[in-house]
Amino acid sequence: MSQASKSSVDVAFVVNGSAISEQVAPRITLVDFLRQRLGLTGSHVGCEHGVCGACHVRVDGQVLRGCLLLAVQADGAEVQTIEGLSSSGEIADLQEAFVRRNAMQCGFCTPGMLMIAADILARREVLSREAIRDALSGTYCRCTGYQSIVDAIEEVALARHGIAA
Amino acid sequence: MTESQGIMGKGVARADARRLVAGAGCYVDDIGAPGALHIAFVRSTHAHAAILSIDTAAAACMPGVVRVVCAGDLEGICKPMQVAMPGLNMPTASLQYPLAIDEVCWQGAPVAAIAARSRAQAEDAAEHVLVEYEELPAVVDAQQALTPDSPRAVLGREGNMALDCTFGNANVAAGFAAAATVVEQRIVFDRQTGVSLESRGIIATFSPLSGELTVHMSHQSPFQMREVFSELLNLPNHRVRVVCPDVGGAFGLKLHAYPDEVAVAAIAILLGRTIRFQADRLESFLSDTHAREAIGVARLALDSAGRFLAFDVEALSGLGAYQPYPRGSVGEGLHMAQMVGAPYQFDNFRARLRAVHQNKSPTGAYRGVGQPLACTLTETLVDRAARAIGMDPAELRRRNFLPAEHTSRTTPAGLEMGAVSLQPCLDTLLAMMQYEDLRREQQRLRKQRVYRGIGIASFIEMTAVGAALYGANQIAVAAQEGCSVRLEPSGTVLCHSSATDQGQGVRTGIAQIVAQALGIGAADVTVRAGDTASSPVGGGAWASRGMAIGGQAALLAAEELRGKILELGARILKTPAEQIELADGGLRSAANARTLSLAELANIAYFRQHQLPGGGCPELSATRHYAPQGFPYLTANGIQGCLVEVDIETGMIGVLRLWVVHDCGRVVNPLLVDEQIRGGVAQGIGGVLYEHCEYSESGQLSNGTLADYLVPMAGELPDIEVAHVASVAAETALGAKGVGEAGTIGAGAALWNAVNDALSPLGAAME
Repeated sequence: MSQASKSSVDVAFVVNGSAISEQVAPRITLVDFLRQRLGLTGSHVGCEHGVCGACHVRVDGQVLRGCLLLAVQADGAEVQTIEGLSSSGEIADLQEAFVRRNAMQCGFCTPGMLMIAADILARREVLSREAIRDALSGTYCRCTGYQSIVDAIEEVALARHGIAA
Repeated sequence: MTESQGIMGKGVARADARRLVAGAGCYVDDIGAPGALHIAFVRSTHAHAAILSIDTAAAACMPGVVRVVCAGDLEGICKPMQVAMPGLNMPTASLQYPLAIDEVCWQGAPVAAIAARSRAQAEDAAEHVLVEYEELPAVVDAQQALTPDSPRAVLGREGNMALDCTFGNANVAAGFAAAATVVEQRIVFDRQTGVSLESRGIIATFSPLSGELTVHMSHQSPFQMREVFSELLNLPNHRVRVVCPDVGGAFGLKLHAYPDEVAVAAIAILLGRTIRFQADRLESFLSDTHAREAIGVARLALDSAGRFLAFDVEALSGLGAYQPYPRGSVGEGLHMAQMVGAPYQFDNFRARLRAVHQNKSPTGAYRGVGQPLACTLTETLVDRAARAIGMDPAELRRRNFLPAEHTSRTTPAGLEMGAVSLQPCLDTLLAMMQYEDLRREQQRLRKQRVYRGIGIASFIEMTAVGAALYGANQIAVAAQEGCSVRLEPSGTVLCHSSATDQGQGVRTGIAQIVAQALGIGAADVTVRAGDTASSPVGGGAWASRGMAIGGQAALLAAEELRGKILELGARILKTPAEQIELADGGLRSAANARTLSLAELANIAYFRQHQLPGGGCPELSATRHYAPQGFPYLTANGIQGCLVEVDIETGMIGVLRLWVVHDCGRVVNPLLVDEQIRGGVAQGIGGVLYEHCEYSESGQLSNGTLADYLVPMAGELPDIEVAHVASVAAETALGAKGVGEAGTIGAGAALWNAVNDALSPLGAAME
């Protein structure tokens, strides 16, 4: 234990609006820290090498891979996870569209998918289906074939711009 | 029209989806287990080697390490696994141990396990386990494995052959002799793997006091695993509980008993505490079952009118080092060989399957099991024949389809085939595609040197398989599904199903069936599944059975409960049961206009029996099971269409459009069914264009990351149009057939045909 505590680092950051101050091992990834230390298990670990996007979290407004960031790199940052986005109601319309259109099957990719979808929707223009597909192409879904996901994002984009689907 | 009428057939959203979009799903790795030890495995770095020694001394001293476990530590706790299928003439299978003894036969085989306080500490220690290997000759190529002087994939075997069998009738030579045209197709199918986004994971707890083993695992078939743990670990099956929580994708790969998972359960017994293991992605690529590796050579004989006379198939299936316990993996080759030609009428058939062991990861079930291979062989042959005789490929299919009026028959390949609707599916597809217009457009673009191709592929899909498969081979995999329903005091219904859900939405479909039978809303039915302690005994999820069999069991249980509710209602409302309508969550007597809500009825039954006219204690629950009887499986069928554009300078293939017409009988929830099909199509396309487990000559997997093993992403797929021809299955009251594998079975063949169609003006074809 003494060896572990010697090699730990103090970090302080804000997670979903709450200030966190912890000692962490330098090698622990942000997603492992969120899941194991804070119990925020909505961010998923799919590949641990930055490909699948299941671990997407928002760090200072940017959607990043939680498996490619160390917890210590988030020091001083504002981190938002799917739990935060859910409870704030920020993506309630998007979640509702995902449910109604069944834009998921097993749900493992869904939090990461919603993170990136929220990012797409924050853009000013309404993207074409092809552009939505391109924007989703760093986030794997092995179950759906993606179509219902594109449907849901497109529907919310149109609704937010006051255009009937 | 009441709310519950017509609830079957509606695109009801899944209750589970609300949890999943909030990040509140609960997969194995999300389950808290205070004090649990984490496992990291030391895995074989060689494809084939003798283990000379294992030095664990340094690892055992590493921080956090509680125990380093080798095969010898599990002796007496865990028996080895050995696949046996008495129904097939297979040479005795090699014993497979949870941790390797003396020999490793594939790169990734578990050799030792570190139990430590964290996964990171276990991994640190794993690096300090010193395994001394002596490399042995490896056989990697399936064709080489057939040769007499090939190295043996597992020492002690007489040869590498796992199965050598032939099917069909004796007249195939006559069929070919009488042919006006013979075409041949050879296809090498690459190894694929399922790539569930959630890796395999397990938490096992053993209580030495009660002698009970409780396992939470990411698996499709909890009752199968209860039998497996019970048998291998010498525990009575009522002392084993297996729970499958949310499962993050499975696709067949989570149907097996993996040595590493069995080792975890055995270590829980060894140490008398909770042990957990979650595979990382790299070890998933190495240790999840692979699938599909095969070489198929098929020939088709036609007469001068373009009628099919005979099919002849040679199939070679590469199984990897072992067949996974308990289901084995010869199914891929068997389906591949026997289902060639399945959608068509012809008189003569012969197929030979040889399945061989090699020093690669074991293969196992993956969506479609052999049927995608059979479909690809068949449908590329049909297109080849169409080109050879100058007939439109759609027309050639039309001339040769099994007729729609067929009820059932045994094909020359020995398949028992139920009713099919191939012709109506083709008609629907051609209309959706605007086939003639596409052909005209294709011709026009060819003049501009734009090479578009149109491919279609018909397929038969074996779904809802009964006891003939595993039961006949004395393998303890339930062929039935069960459902328990009970009226709750709230007037809602709680339902326990043995059909498990890895995201397909089976629970929602079952809720719709129960809701419709009982006149309540789908939201008033809670469906739980995946726990051997509370579910009726059943198979879980395999071979597209959830709705077809699990749904039928739910229908039977709900109808029995309906009868009980009406009988009790008749006593309370003082009116004949047949004059009571059950709708909108209550009962209404047509005779005296009296009403009673289900909640009131349940309250009388559970809390105020003294008020009950005639007394007694009513039973407001029912449990029913259903297993296929009188038919081996339910025959679903369909057809797919694909439009591609091939850049002949770069070879890039662009998939422009995809269409699927499917007949799964009654569609309980089109929202769920359509996306099942689309997801299956994506995996089928992945198999042709992207996915390939690449091995070096020495048996090293060279693309074991998600960056190197490509799966289709959103930008690589077009929208997929789906339609249904719903021929309600006569075999069950529900009338649903399976659908889970349809997309995967036909997609590769349609794509392959489209590419060859695009290349046909150049005289080129893909092999």
